[in-house]
Formats: sequence, structure tokens, C-alpha cells
Amino acid sequence: MTMRHRMINRFKIIPWIIPFLLLLLWQFLTASGIVPENVFPKPMDVVQAFIELMKNGQLESNVGISAGRAFAGFLIGGGIGFLFGLLNGLFKGFYWFTDTSIQMIRNVPHLAVLPLVIVWFGVGETGKVFLVALGVLFPIYINTLHGIRSVDPKLIEMGRVYGLSKWSLFTQIILPGSLSSIFVGIRYALGVMWLTLIVAETVATNSGIGYMAMNARDFMQMNIIVLSIIIYALLGKMSDLIAKLLEHLFLKWE
Amino acid sequence: MDRSETKGIKLKVQHVKKKFGPHEVLKNIDLEISSGEFVAIVGKSGCGKSTLLRQIAGLDQPTDGVIYYDHTPLTGLSPDVRIMFQDSRLLPWKRVLHNVSIGMKKSGLQHAQTALESVGLLDKANEWPKLLSGGQQQRVALARSLVSDPRLLLLDEPLGALDALTRIEMQRLIAQIWEEKKFTAVLVTHDVGEAVFLADRVVLIEDGAVKLDKKVNLPRPRTRGSAEFAKIEEEVLSQILEK
Repeated sequence: MTMRHRMINRFKIIPWIIPFLLLLLWQFLTASGIVPENVFPKPMDVVQAFIELMKNGQLESNVGISAGRAFAGFLIGGGIGFLFGLLNGLFKGFYWFTDTSIQMIRNVPHLAVLPLVIVWFGVGETGKVFLVALGVLFPIYINTLHGIRSVDPKLIEMGRVYGLSKWSLFTQIILPGSLSSIFVGIRYALGVMWLTLIVAETVATNSGIGYMAMNARDFMQMNIIVLSIIIYALLGKMSDLIAKLLEHLFLKWE
Repeated sequence: MDRSETKGIKLKVQHVKKKFGPHEVLKNIDLEISSGEFVAIVGKSGCGKSTLLRQIAGLDQPTDGVIYYDHTPLTGLSPDVRIMFQDSRLLPWKRVLHNVSIGMKKSGLQHAQTALESVGLLDKANEWPKLLSGGQQQRVALARSLVSDPRLLLLDEPLGALDALTRIEMQRLIAQIWEEKKFTAVLVTHDVGEAVFLADRVVLIEDGAVKLDKKVNLPRPRTRGSAEFAKIEEEVLSQILEK
């Protein structure tokens, strides 16, 4: 038993070997001066930037602002995508009416409309939330639609034979049957969400993590730039974990 | 056997035809099944037996002809009728008990437990269907089809995918439950032995028409070993295989 536990613990360490070695290499390259400080900061400088920005509250407020934008955009775009996915998956008429249009808009890379968004909304909140929503909408739409359409028709037939009403068919068979596909959409959309936000905050903004990084660039504060990048990575990882957790909760039977 | 207090649906299939495009799958089927009777429909694959069952269930509309439940013409699915399919069609996201109580009101859980008990799977009530064997899944499906006390049970090759031993177990279980509940039963199967074991009458369908309608006058519970059993089985089989 203890042998097995030790084995399992050892396996848990394995994935972290490469990151740890990279960290060592980073420390070595910067401390020895092989990589000059204006190209890449020392690990400790990044930690220092983290502590400093925590102290003066900048980090907290910027992360909060960025997370708020991401969340709002995700909720709006995801909600619309989910709604259209449902309607188009459930009703042929809706599908014929809207799917082609949605697919046409989907083919425009949503980041390409950034200049338009800046003209329309300026550098304020609306533009960024709009862009995130636009980016998140399609993966959720497509995967919801696909999920509903790929529910086993035999199960639906069974439900009809066993006297389920239309609403019960939806809540007990169609929705649970499409849930795993919807979660694929959610996880993909979360990636799109952060990517979109990073671009939007970097190009046009006056607050948020992206702004923090761009501002630091003006003063050649390499440590803050790297810190911002790391924070984006952590936020991305965190939202992925949350999605996984939800998946675990809702798809227990898998 | 005394079946005077039966509550099963009296079924009448009258001149039923079914076409899919130019292809005529059922050609003028006439069939009467009395209340509480167990009828097996056999035939080669593609003979139209499953199509006939779908018409009887109200899942499909015949191209021509009428089907009567008692004396009422059938127009669609009926709450008095349940189907057991070839695959169990359990919902993987519902635990066994909730699969059984599907379509029932909240109070259905009690009935569901009783039904699970009658198929001997009460101890699996809280499992996910995925964790059960194929035979157990079919037993859950059987419990599900019984829970609402149907007056007509349609069985669409429900044991086709099971191994030989599990099949025999299931056949006994179905026979025993049918004798208790006295519903009308129509079983579609390609296993003549199964048909003779379970049914009061074996109906052979060939090319979309009734070719043979054979009474099985064997006492229940039946045993496969007897000479009479073998004789009936042989008779039906030779009719199927005859060119």
C-alpha cells in the first residue's frame, strides 16, 4: 500500500520536472548575464514586481478589471451562442432561418473587427466586452448545436414511448445528452476569451493586465511585462480548471 | 389456464399495409390477439416483423388499414403500451432507479423499486447503467417497461444481443412476470425456440404477409426438452426455411 502510494506520488512529480529545469535555466542565464537584463528579467525581479504591485493594489485592481471583462463577455456571448444553439438544434425552422447567417459571421476572424470596435466604442469597457462576446459566441453555438443534433434518436424514441412530454424530453434526454459536447465548447471558448481579451487590452485600453504590460513597456520594466504574461497564463489555467470541475460535477455518469 | 380476469388490450390488426416509397414491407396483414394473450412474431430478418411491431405500437402510421386497441382505432402512442427494445436504451445520465421511473410522477419511485425487485436488481438501484452487464441492463429495461402496469407489452427482439444463458434466464423471468400481470404481449424474435417457449401463438411472417399462425398448446411452465416442444419448434422452423 505504501509502496503504491509512493509510486503515485512519484508520478505526480514527473510532469513538474521540465518546468523546474526551465526555471533553473532561466535563473542561470539571467544571473550569469548571458541574457542581458533589458531582454529578460531575473526570476527574482518578477517576484519583486509581483510583491510591489500587490502592495500598492495595482495588481489586484487590474486583474479584477480584466477578469470582469472576461466574465461579462463570456456570459453575454456564451449566453447568445447557447440560446441560438438550442433553438437551431431543436427547431428546424430556426435552423434554416439563422444558421447560414451565423456561419457567415463566424468566418470573419473576430479580432479583425478590432479597428471597427475601437471606432465604435473607443477604448472603454464596451468594446472589449463586445469583442470577447463575439469570440466566445461561435464555439458555444456550434458545440451546443452539434450536441443536440447528435443525441441518440433511439433514446428520444424511447422517451416518446414512455410518455415524456416535450419539455421532459428536453430536460431529461436532449439537454443531458448534449452536455458533454457543450462542455467542449465551453472549454474552447474560455481559451478564445483570454486570447481576445489580451489582444483587446494590449491594443486599446487604459486599465487591466494588458494595459499594465503595455505601460511597463514604455518604461522598459521587463519584470512587470513578464509578470503580466504569467498572470494571463495562470488565469487561463484557472478557468480551465473551473471548467473541468464543472464538467466533473455535471457529467458524473461519464 | 384461467385468464378470465385479464386486463390486457385486445388487439386487432386489420388489412394493414406499409410502404416505404415503392417498397411494400407489409402486405395486407390481418391479426387478432385476445386480451392477455402472448403472441410471438417470427420470421427472417427483413420480413417486416419489426415494422409490424412499430405499427402496433403507434410509432408509425400504416399506409393502409387500421389497428384497434380493444375497439378503438389507434392514432398514435398510448400510455397503456410499453415497448422493450433490442438495446436497453437506458439513459446513461440517470441512475438505475430513475431510469426505471422515467415518465412517472414523483410517487413513481415506489413503483420503480417494486419493479426493480421483481427483476431481481433492487440492489443496483443507485448504480449508473454503464456499470451493469448487458443482461442486467435488459432486466432494468424490463423493469422500466413494467413499472406503469402496461396493458400491452411489445418486445422487439429484446434478448437478441444477450448470451445464451442470460437469454434463458430472461425468458423465464418474462414468462413468470407475464403470468402474474396478465397483460397482452407481442414478441418479435428470430429465435423460434424462444417463441415456442414464451408464446400462446407463433405467427410467422414472410415477405410482409402472415404465412403461419400456430397455437402452442403446451402447459406452463414449459421445458424445452419435451418432444411436443421440439415438434412445434421443428414445424415452425421448417416453414421458415422452406424455399
